[in-house]
Amino acid sequence: MKSELIQILDEKGKCDVSLIEGISDQEIMKMYRLMNLTRLWNDKALSLQRQGRMGTLASVRGQEASNIGMALPLQSGDWFVPAFREYGAMFALGYSLRDQYLYWGGDERGVNIPENMNMAPICITVGAHLCHAVGIAMAAKLKGEKSMALSSSGDGSTSQGDFHESLNMAAVYKAPVVFVIQNNHWAISVPFEKQTATATIAEKAAAYAIEGARVDGNDVFAVYQTVKKYADMARNEFRPALIELVTYRMGDHTTADDASRYRESELVREWEKRDPIERLKKFIMAEKKWTAAKDKKMMDELTAEVDTAVKEYENFDSPDPSSMFTYIYNEMPWHLKEQMAEFESGAEEGGER
Amino acid sequence: MARKSMIQAINEAMHQKMKEDKTVVVLGEDVGVDGGVFRATQGLIEAFGEERVMDTPLAESSIIGASVGMALNGIKPIAEIQFMGFIYQGFDQILCHVARFRHRSQGRFGMPMVVRAPYGAGVRALEHHSESTEAHFAHIPGLKVVIPATPVDAKGLLISAIEDPDPVIFLEPKRLYRLKKEEVPDEIYRTPIGEANVAKEGSDITIVAWGGMVPIALDAAKHVGSEGVDAEVIDLRTILPYDLKAITDSVEKTGRLVIVHEAPRSFGVGAEIAAEVAERSLLYLLAPIKRVTGYDIIPPLAKLEDRNYPSADKIVRAIHQTMEF
Repeated sequence: MKSELIQILDEKGKCDVSLIEGISDQEIMKMYRLMNLTRLWNDKALSLQRQGRMGTLASVRGQEASNIGMALPLQSGDWFVPAFREYGAMFALGYSLRDQYLYWGGDERGVNIPENMNMAPICITVGAHLCHAVGIAMAAKLKGEKSMALSSSGDGSTSQGDFHESLNMAAVYKAPVVFVIQNNHWAISVPFEKQTATATIAEKAAAYAIEGARVDGNDVFAVYQTVKKYADMARNEFRPALIELVTYRMGDHTTADDASRYRESELVREWEKRDPIERLKKFIMAEKKWTAAKDKKMMDELTAEVDTAVKEYENFDSPDPSSMFTYIYNEMPWHLKEQMAEFESGAEEGGER
Repeated sequence: MARKSMIQAINEAMHQKMKEDKTVVVLGEDVGVDGGVFRATQGLIEAFGEERVMDTPLAESSIIGASVGMALNGIKPIAEIQFMGFIYQGFDQILCHVARFRHRSQGRFGMPMVVRAPYGAGVRALEHHSESTEAHFAHIPGLKVVIPATPVDAKGLLISAIEDPDPVIFLEPKRLYRLKKEEVPDEIYRTPIGEANVAKEGSDITIVAWGGMVPIALDAAKHVGSEGVDAEVIDLRTILPYDLKAITDSVEKTGRLVIVHEAPRSFGVGAEIAAEVAERSLLYLLAPIKRVTGYDIIPPLAKLEDRNYPSADKIVRAIHQTMEF
């Protein structure tokens, strides 16, 4: 059973630099920047929600290293298949800050995946999208493309039937897919210990004869290096993998949840010491790759970037109500045309709308 | 042109589309070496290889879920679910993902895929092998639901389904797979989705049926024809989006309507048709709309199967009651 934890950057920000030789300083600073951007975006979203300016959303605080570390190894042509706690990974792949606000603010136009980006939309039902990642990978292999699919889901998803079916099918077809599990220890109120009787998620890989790895999910270097290794293996050798990122959900499940009902605050304080951003900051400062002045400048820039996105989101025009009929079919069938006409005529009378 | 059964017509449609379009693949349980338990996919693995004709693990959710992924990435899957009674392990994928991707992605991704499943009773099968649950699927925005009743339509509709940019649930009346042969064109042709077929013209009463009920409705029409009642039989062919205009045109001509389906009556497709006809053509009706359907029960096993299955006799009685109202 491969269940030992892979760690490169420890909680104090110490790191054996020989293990990150493949990562350039530029890439390290990109990670640091994106992790901070994700946290600022997230904290702003939570604050907007409390003011009634944002819908229900799932905080990604504490999982920034997992998010960024899993996204950056993806190459052009690869696919990202997210659940709903992957804003950081989406930003790392080029998704717009404004569109992410729009979506969680209740506007479908926020689902705006550019044509040149291979990304599935956010999947709210738990675990179903692992099957989609397998199919994407099977299609890539069938077309003779050198690309892979990476799905991300939480520890709760590993209890779903679709988790089993997906890993099994991926293994049978040698599909180029990597299943990343962000084990943040909580599925709403249910702790990891109640989710499964196995000590780790990574060891479940053995049941499917695929690769398995268990990684410190708050260590961006370990996440990046491990995902890169297995993404390359999937792409080049058609070997699927299951990667468990051991991290922690620092916030509530969503803004509609109150974790104090079921979780001791000491647990959260323990994990604060393992904060993914703090440890990277300690490392780059100690290595003289970064200065307090540069840090302040960067944070100011990121804050301005987030503020601009918020402004754009809040100033965005209202959606055309008839647009809710637009994307049900490629070509609108008669019954929807009738219903849309009925809806629109009601609007004229001040009724339906 | 040659005489072909429905199963041969279905097989030919897939064979010809796979030959024409290299992105079309078939996947499901026993669809490869065995050629499918009904032989719908016979010969495909020999012609196109196991990369495009996939004997999958026994797992309906991932058969349909992986099909979603393939459709996202430029492949056109035809997923076979061995019996409609087994589709429910993949129902979450159909309801929550297949039907929603176009909307969820705001048009970035369509979902061009076909889910084929044999449906319906009348073959003395085991539990879960006789279901007729088209209403479950017809209630899902984003899907198309197609049910052929003849070999010619089976081929033409399946080709249309494979070419459709939206997902199609293609339900095959297994009782009719080998019941009768007819001349089926050898080339690729398309029967449009969403258009009903007037299987028999008539002026006195309209009978609407689909799939396995169509030949039985035609038998009933023949019977009442000998008594001087000229019944029109509409083969609906597509359940979603269905051809309501063909029905109201006919009812406005005949003034009478009998709807036949083998699925349970309450909340069935017949109820929807009756409601729309009542809303649109009420004043043309000379008698109440009548339904001949399966009862609201679990489909019985072999010994009682025929007591639930709508028969020509039951349809004839409904026609009599409607004519005599």
